[in-house]
Amino acid sequence: MPMKIAKATFATLTILFLVAPLVAILPLAFTSSVILTYPIPSWSLRWFEELFFADAWRRAIINSLIIGTGTTLLATALGTAASLGLRNRLIFLRGTMRTLFLLPMVVPAVVLGVGLQVLLAGFGLTNSYLGVIIAHTVVAVPFVVVSVTGALAGIDERVELAAQSLGASPPTVFRRVTLPLALPGVLSGTVLAFATSLDEVVLTLFVAGPNQRTLARQMFSSIRENISPAIAAAAFLFIAATILIGFIVVLSRSILARRR
Amino acid sequence: MAEFIRFDRITKFYGALCVVENLDLGIKKGEFVSLLGPSGSGKTTLLMMLAGFEQPTSGSILLDGTAINAVPTHRRDMGVVFQSYALFPHMSVGDNIAFPLQMRGMGKAETGERVKRALDMVQLSALSDRRPSQLSGGQQQRVALARALVFEPRVVLMDEPLGALDKQLREQMQLDIRDLHRRLGLTIVFVTHDQSEALTMSDRVAVFNKGKIEQIGTPRQVYDEPTTRFVAEFIGETNLVEGVVETVQGREATVRLPSGAQIVSAVSGNVASGQAVYLSIRPERVDLSETRGEARNVLETEVTDSVYQGDHLRVQLQTAAHPLIAKLGRRSREFLPGTKVYAAFSAGDCRVIAP
Repeated sequence: MPMKIAKATFATLTILFLVAPLVAILPLAFTSSVILTYPIPSWSLRWFEELFFADAWRRAIINSLIIGTGTTLLATALGTAASLGLRNRLIFLRGTMRTLFLLPMVVPAVVLGVGLQVLLAGFGLTNSYLGVIIAHTVVAVPFVVVSVTGALAGIDERVELAAQSLGASPPTVFRRVTLPLALPGVLSGTVLAFATSLDEVVLTLFVAGPNQRTLARQMFSSIRENISPAIAAAAFLFIAATILIGFIVVLSRSILARRR
Repeated sequence: MAEFIRFDRITKFYGALCVVENLDLGIKKGEFVSLLGPSGSGKTTLLMMLAGFEQPTSGSILLDGTAINAVPTHRRDMGVVFQSYALFPHMSVGDNIAFPLQMRGMGKAETGERVKRALDMVQLSALSDRRPSQLSGGQQQRVALARALVFEPRVVLMDEPLGALDKQLREQMQLDIRDLHRRLGLTIVFVTHDQSEALTMSDRVAVFNKGKIEQIGTPRQVYDEPTTRFVAEFIGETNLVEGVVETVQGREATVRLPSGAQIVSAVSGNVASGQAVYLSIRPERVDLSETRGEARNVLETEVTDSVYQGDHLRVQLQTAAHPLIAKLGRRSREFLPGTKVYAAFSAGDCRVIAP
């Protein structure tokens, strides 16, 4: 019995430790004060107004959406293609190749940032949307690869062989069998890619110009310039969006699962 | 009848490993041929090459006189049934069966009609809207069968299709498939490691060992007239006794056993006098009696054990030089250990096999 209590206490403390920062910041989104501190004098939505109507913040939200969407599309396409390629047993140095695709997950973002800045400058892509999307894609692809590879591993190869024998050409097999079966994994990869882009600061600092300032980047700079509760409102927006996306994924996965 | 499928000197290597070696095999239209052998004997690889999933390292595969090595799987027009069923989990039973028809651009009305008939054929009409995961193993395999037959393929290939089913269901499906084969005049190539399945279903059985066909023939031929030791041992149970050929006369040879006994036996292959050979004697062809009797071959034996197995009595015997097993009908009387008995069998009930 004391063991049980100890376990429960430890679990509670761990959870508290994980959510404490959120608990600390979220109420401040609704403060009427002009500085980001407790106590909260009275409740207000003025910082959300600021977020949506102040030019810098609104621009940042739109940038995040543009770059996030671009990154999601590019990373999902590339990551899915890579996962499909890595399935081929005959591929040269398959293990090494897979590691290469996952490398951006572990390489320090600062190193990647410097490298990307040099590289993108060579192509004249610094301070451009495309540049930022490419940079975000580099760090988002591994998440897609992991997620889609997992989904593909769950497909019985004989199902695809059966489709072939029944008269489906390789592109048709992909369209009618492989892709629908891997869809939950692709979907998760898509969400992870979007989340990665939304959250990315370090690479953005290196490659984005003032016109590509994203929401995360805007939060980062405004916390140094003025400690406005607009940051808390932005954080609230982040969390709400994340929960919403997570909910959509769970929902669509369960719909897909019910279909089989 | 002309050959419909021809494997012409097929060799397949996986890296340095030779899984099929210089193999020739012809299959007639409408024939049910089983490829029987232990795992790793090359039978599945041969089937995969026929389906187009694998390419032979050398040699050619002919279908109706035309080489099909370069024809991709989806244009080979062969229905494949796998052990794992390989149904599309994201489609209903009806959509699974409609798939090959859609691939052939068939209209909606005719597709629906054909799917309905295929479902009737396997007695699953009520389950058209279910998902494969909602069906039992036997039902799933019947769906797979319907899907492989609905587009009237030129050949039906089956890779251990009944391996995952329990015994009773398996035996029912064996008869069902055999019945479909006869009714629809299908050409079926059937891979199995289960010898009784191969004997039950096939027109001919090809016995595989180490990438080669050891023997091919009707079930009766491979069982009653095995030409190699491997075939004699792999199909059914047999007594293998070493001996030396003394004389050969036509289709019969006299063999001297180490105990000194002389046995007259039928011969399948070529043997010469003086050659060391095996005698294969099927246990169920051995009669036991306490008197010598008039059979051509009689061995003096002593009962070491006897086991009642319901449909037969299994008696273990010891001769002067080697053990012998006899399976007796259920009406046979008991034989107690230690009893001296004569084991008798005719010349046609044993075979001389060159080692």
